[in-house]
Order: sequence, then structure tokens, then C-alpha cells
Amino acid sequence: MKTGILAAVLAAMLGGAAIAQEVKPAIVFDRGGKFDKSFNEAAHAGIERFKKETGIDYRDFEITSDAQREQAMQRFARDGHNPIVVIGFSFGTSLQKVAKEFPNTRFTIIDSVINEPNVRSAVFTEHEGSYLVGMMAGLASKTNKVGFIGGMDIPLIRKFACGYVQGVKAAKPGAEVIQNMTGTTGAAFNDPAKGSELAKSQLDRGADVIYHAAGGTGIGVLRTVADAGKLGIGVDSNQNGLHPGRVLTSMLKRVDVAVYSTLMDARSGKWTAGVTVYGLPQDGVGYAMDDNNKALVSPEMKAAVDKAAADIKAGTIKVHDYMTNSACPVM
Amino acid sequence: MEFLDATLQILASTVRLAVPLICACLAGLWSERAGIVDIGLEGKMLGAAFAAAVAAISTGSAMLGLLAGIGVSILLSLVHGYAAIAQRGNQIVSGVAINMLAVGLTAVLGHAWYREGGRTPPVAQSQRFLPIDLPFADQVGAIPVLGGIYKQLLSGHNLLVWLAFLAVPLTWWVLQKTRFGLRLRAVGENPAAVDTAGISVARLRYEAVIICGVLCGLGGAYLSIAQGAGFLNNMTAGKGFIALAALIFAKWRPGPALAACLLFGFLDAMAIRLQGVALPGIGQAPVQFIQALPYVLTVVLLAGFIGRAVPPKASGVPYVKER
Repeated sequence: MKTGILAAVLAAMLGGAAIAQEVKPAIVFDRGGKFDKSFNEAAHAGIERFKKETGIDYRDFEITSDAQREQAMQRFARDGHNPIVVIGFSFGTSLQKVAKEFPNTRFTIIDSVINEPNVRSAVFTEHEGSYLVGMMAGLASKTNKVGFIGGMDIPLIRKFACGYVQGVKAAKPGAEVIQNMTGTTGAAFNDPAKGSELAKSQLDRGADVIYHAAGGTGIGVLRTVADAGKLGIGVDSNQNGLHPGRVLTSMLKRVDVAVYSTLMDARSGKWTAGVTVYGLPQDGVGYAMDDNNKALVSPEMKAAVDKAAADIKAGTIKVHDYMTNSACPVM
Repeated sequence: MEFLDATLQILASTVRLAVPLICACLAGLWSERAGIVDIGLEGKMLGAAFAAAVAAISTGSAMLGLLAGIGVSILLSLVHGYAAIAQRGNQIVSGVAINMLAVGLTAVLGHAWYREGGRTPPVAQSQRFLPIDLPFADQVGAIPVLGGIYKQLLSGHNLLVWLAFLAVPLTWWVLQKTRFGLRLRAVGENPAAVDTAGISVARLRYEAVIICGVLCGLGGAYLSIAQGAGFLNNMTAGKGFIALAALIFAKWRPGPALAACLLFGFLDAMAIRLQGVALPGIGQAPVQFIQALPYVLTVVLLAGFIGRAVPPKASGVPYVKER
């Protein structure tokens, strides 16, 4: 306990002194790697933007096994890198430990909340973004059945699902949502063959719009849905271009914004520990519109979704967050 | 009708999921029947999947993709063959080495060529083996029951599915009914006898590993350019090992091997289909339970129903000519 307080005081002091400090950023990517067309790639885009604008170079590491999480962070911290950004909830447990070992180093973690005085936790309101694409799915569906395919069965992915279902029901109260999870291990984010089979089974049961929150698995989902002439919804990055005309929209999760802003804050001395939420008002989440899906989204659909977005921002629509009580009011 | 439809959908999904297992299982059967234990099936399929995707993307032809996949798989087979036959090395060690080599090499080459973290870009429709609809599928499909079976279960599979299923009777026929097959089986049981008859043991075993390579190549190409569209890191995900388990289930015989692979495919298809569905009397089962089901059944079947599985006598034993 004593050392904890000491560390906190020390971190606070150093945090104050950080204004004059040079930043020497490092980033650790999760399994998928920095070119995964999705989550990690967005983070990579963020740090590249920082490098371009400030001319400050960075070090990066792509882990290939779980044991490397801790090692990579320790190595960067020992080499004097500061701040260190880690991408993905899977870093949570190891960061808890490493953050204590290096109280003078500032860490930022995406998608997980770690309560340490030298850690900033960047979280997104995925339920709100999913609500918006859910509305769009509900409006676009002709069979009144839509699908959801998640990756690993964890609360974070349930949060996507729950927001999506709420959106679908808001647009079409009687619509049915078929939900599937791909698996219970990290491999569930990288199994396109299974994604394809799950999508087939949902299509067979009558779904005509399918939203995936499944990383690499989703590539198989979107392909199968496109092959069948139905509509898919992408996630994290803008995936509309993967199958032009067959991806209704994508739920954007601006990991790049989170990475970029934490580094800029560190540079300008405004970096603070604690939870930073990226939601609709901060443009942290949203839905993607471009030339590839222009023909799919009617003006009425867009108007309805934009109105819902404004209502969520204003607080008149409250989207339930699965992670607050591990339950979803709708099925 | 709805029940029938659902059943047919599950069976069609079973067929699709079982194909890579059937290819790998038959590959292992050829190899082990000739006395070469091969746990490198996984690695060979992975190498073939990668080569097939790369070749299909760069040449624009699915057929060349398939040939490239088979070529790479044969090459890896020959490495294993050289270690096991000519050098009389430990076959398990060599097989493991091939698995590791394939996982690492495909990721490194993929990343060097495409800069997408070891993945290849998606393979376009024209570069893949697409589903083939049998003639009059729509018209015949209107006939109750039989028409449904024709339309949903038999029609709509790609060329590689048909090849994989044809390989089963072909394997049986060659092994049981031809002179080559007899010699090949003999070389796995008693190589000394074959040698005494004046037939080269090494040559027969090399032929067996090449056939093994062809079948693994077929399975790998199916994963990346027929069922899937593109290569992903470690996309075989243990299918080579499941095929080995199926081979033991089947006691190294082609017919039962097909049955075992279909069983695994069926359990996989059920796991996908039953997710999120309320079961009668139980309600909605947790995802974890459904996904554990195939493995539970495997253990039950293995412990209770299969009985003793005796491998070919000389399998895994390098042949040393007595002087």
C-alpha cells in the first residue's frame, strides 16, 4: 500500500514535470498485426499521422504470442520509451503489472480500463455506434431478420451485439436478430472459414443483413454475404470497399484518433491518466458513408440514423451498455 | 418441411467442412500405409494453401493456383521423405519440423510480399473454384424430399469437393485391387518381404509420400481458393491433426476414414447451427457447451466404441537393409 501511494505521488510529480520532457513513443500491436485491415491497422494509421505531423519517430512491436505482451512493454519501458501505447484489451492483465514496475512511464491502453496512476485507458462507446448501424440494418432488411456475428465471446463483443439489437428494434420493433459468436479463444478473431459458415447458416435462416464484430473472421462473413447477394456491415475500419455495393456500411471505431490524441497530449504536456471515453460527440465512433455504399443508403435511412445520432449526443436516447451490468435488456 | 430444410442445410455444411479433413486424412492414410508416419499434414496443407492463394492472385487462374499448391505440398513431402526414407531420421521430428517451417515461412513470405501481416489480399471470384450448380437444380428442387436433397445437398459444391470425394473410392481401389496397392501395403507391414521380392522399398515409399503431397495440396488449395478467399496466418487451425485422429478412428481404411471425417464435419456444422437456438427441454445452451460438444463426443467415441486401433506394423520404422 505504502509503495502504491509513493508511486502515485511520484507519478503525479513526474506528470507535472513532463511538460518539458521529450516524447519517445512506442506502440505494441495485438495478434492480428499492424496491417489487419481493421483494429490494429487503425492504430497504426494514428501513430503514423503523429509521426508525419511532428517528425517524431516511434518504435513498434507486433506480438506473436501472449508471453510477449509483458516482455515487449518492459523492454520499451526499460529503453526509456514514454509514452507506451498498447492496442487491445488482451494487454490488460500484463499492463496492470508492468505499470507498477515502471511508475515513471506513461502507458495508454485501448479497449480496457486499468486503474493505475500512470495509465490512460481509452475506451469507445461501441454500443452507440452499433446502435446506429443496427438502425440501418433494420431499415434495410426486407425479411425483418438480421444477423450479428461476433468474434470471441467476451463482454466487449456482447457490448457491440447489445447496441446493435437495440438499434434494430428501434428501427423495426418486430424484427428478429440472429446472434452468433465464433468462439471462446483469441483464435475466434481469425477464422474466416468459420465466419463464412456462420454467415451461411444465418442466411439460410432468413437474415438479409449481417453485422460482424469479428476482426479477421469477419472477412469471411462479408465475402459470404456478398456472394449470396445480401448485405454485410463492416466494423472498426471502413470496410465498405471490400465488396462495393454489398457492404451496407461500417461501424467506425476511431482507434487512430485515440492513439493520435494520446501522443499529442503527451507532447503538449496535457496527458492525464484515467479513463478517456471516445463516443459520438468526440467522433470516436460512427458509421461510414462513401461512394461504395451511396446507392444502398436511401436519404430517409440516413436522415433517421443521423437523427438518432443527434439524440444520443443530446442524451434523449440512452443506449444501454452491456458492460455496465453484464446484461442486455433486449434479445 | 422446415425441419427437412434445416437438416439438409446442416448436411451441406457438413460436406463443406469435411473436405479438408478428407484430403488430409487420405494423405495420411497413403503415407502411413507405406510405413511413413506423417504428422506434417498440417504444415503441408498450410504451405499449399499459401502457394495456391499466391499463384491464383498472381496468375489469375484457380487451376494454376491448385497446381502450385500441390507442387509446394509435394516439395514438403519430399523433404519429409528424404529425412525419413533416405536419412532414416525420426519421422515425428521431421513432421514437426515441417509444421513449424510452414507456419513461419508462410507468414514471413506473405508479409514480405504483400505487407499485410502475413495475409494475402483477397482472391477475386474469377480466381477461385466457384460452386457448380448441377443441371436443373431449381426445377428438380421443387420435388419434395428427393428434389431438396438434389438441390441443397448435391448441387452447389465446387470442383475440389467432388475431387476429394472421388479420391476416397479411388484410394480404396488402388490400395485393394492393384498390384501397386498390394506392394504399398506390404511395404508398410513388412518391408523386408518386399525387398526380398526384388522391389525397391525406398521407391515405393517415395511414391507414397508424393501421393500424400498431392492430397494435402488439394486440401490446402480448397481452404484458400475454394472454400475461403485468400490466405490467413495459420488458417489450417489444427485440421491436419484432427485428420490424424480421424485416421486412427478409421483404423487406416479409406471408407471408415470418410465416415470419420464426415462425423467431425457434422459435429462442427452442428456446433455452428445450434448456437443461439433453443433446444427442446433445455432452452438455449451456452455457446461454450455447444462448442465443446465435438470434443466431448470424440472422447466418448474413442473410449467407448472404436476399440483397439492397430497401425501398420512397419509404420514409423525406417527400413534398413540387412547386409
